[in-house]
Amino acid sequence: MIALVDYGAGNLTSVRKALAAIGASVWTPVAPVELGRADGMIVPGVGHFDATRGLTKEWRTAIKAAVAGGTPLLGICVGLQWLFEGSVEAPDVQGFGMFKGSCSLFTFPVNDRQKVPHVGWNSLSMPRASKLMAGIAPGTQVYFTHSYAAPVIDDTAAICEYGVPFSAAVERDNVAAMQFHPEKSGPAGLQMLSNWLSGTDVK
Amino acid sequence: MLSKRIIACLDVRDGKVVKGVNFEGLREAGDPAELARRYNVEGIDEIVILDVTATVEARQARAHTIAAVAHEIFLPLTVGGGIHSEADAEAAIEAGADKVSLNTAALRTPELITRLAKRYGSQAVIVAIDAKRGAPPAPHQAAPYNVFARSGQSATTRDAIEWAREATERGAGEILLTSIDRDGTKAGFDCEMTAAVSDAVNIPVIASGGAGTFEHFAEVFREGRADAALAASIFHFNEKSVSDLKQYLSTLSIPVRI
Repeated sequence: MIALVDYGAGNLTSVRKALAAIGASVWTPVAPVELGRADGMIVPGVGHFDATRGLTKEWRTAIKAAVAGGTPLLGICVGLQWLFEGSVEAPDVQGFGMFKGSCSLFTFPVNDRQKVPHVGWNSLSMPRASKLMAGIAPGTQVYFTHSYAAPVIDDTAAICEYGVPFSAAVERDNVAAMQFHPEKSGPAGLQMLSNWLSGTDVK
Repeated sequence: MLSKRIIACLDVRDGKVVKGVNFEGLREAGDPAELARRYNVEGIDEIVILDVTATVEARQARAHTIAAVAHEIFLPLTVGGGIHSEADAEAAIEAGADKVSLNTAALRTPELITRLAKRYGSQAVIVAIDAKRGAPPAPHQAAPYNVFARSGQSATTRDAIEWAREATERGAGEILLTSIDRDGTKAGFDCEMTAAVSDAVNIPVIASGGAGTFEHFAEVFREGRADAALAASIFHFNEKSVSDLKQYLSTLSIPVRI
């Protein structure tokens, strides 16, 4: 069973629906202790980094323990940003710090016509091989909607460019995350979720 | 590179897709879930459901339609029409919508934009603006873009550019700009109005109203500086396919998702 962590940041309906479509059974734990029996954990999220305050010390401790025990963790959208050290969107809220660096607002020269938020379909390039992006061709487009982005680091598994290059996906050992919405990215997104699921012990 | 989005609009009344001209004379165009399935296969980037005659009693029926469409697609889904309160937005989002589109309610209660943006994030809040060109106030002056409420039924004192700016400041994540003059006419998008609004705000603008040919889409992306284009009639009645449109745009080097 996959634990879909609901910390009150928006709607989980579409993530749940996408997981059902690829054959995963999902539940929403009500207490951190339940993560002990998860085959995989997903931290979704839309909207503001501040919402990750809902991931209290108890949740963080339980997630950290499960990751240390080998349970795969997947972050989606703000869930990716949370895995970094923090974000200028909410400087007083600490990130989980699994990945090095902090998230920043897209800023462009005044004459640049690019808009913020970055909304729509944009293409990926892969700096290296990863489990998450297995079988995904470079240039594949996925659906983004965000104003803040994480830097490109050694753990970056997919890069997207919007004025500047940023981490579209990261992966290290059993921790992975996507800035775009795989559940809204058609067949390619479902493929990535399946890739992640195949790395869990879910039957 | 960020692609220009092609969005199919399902105007729904009593559970069926309908389409009119200049917001009037509706005719039936099929089942929402069936159309969504077809567009998904053809490569549509996004779907918008507009409940054109939404009432309080229709809320349950709307949830049913949203769920049926959401079941067919793994794409962004927007719901508009009859979203008058946080409760309406919540019901639509619970049923499977990713974004809600506010029109009349935002004009009446602009604070609703902010409340929903705080609760769901700006990316979930689209402000829809239905505008019609008015007479220039004086010779050689620009014609205003008068904003209408209630599906084009009620004039307001707002101008589309000023209202788009305010909606952005209040937390809207996108503007869905419909030209009432062009709606359903297939005479082409109002590129001038779209460009004026697109230049006035730093959030994406979806152009709507008037799509009739593939060239119209190219025009609204280039001259109208639209970030996305929305159409209904030309897709519903099988006149044009989404995939052919994208191939065409791609040959003009307009970035699209294929």
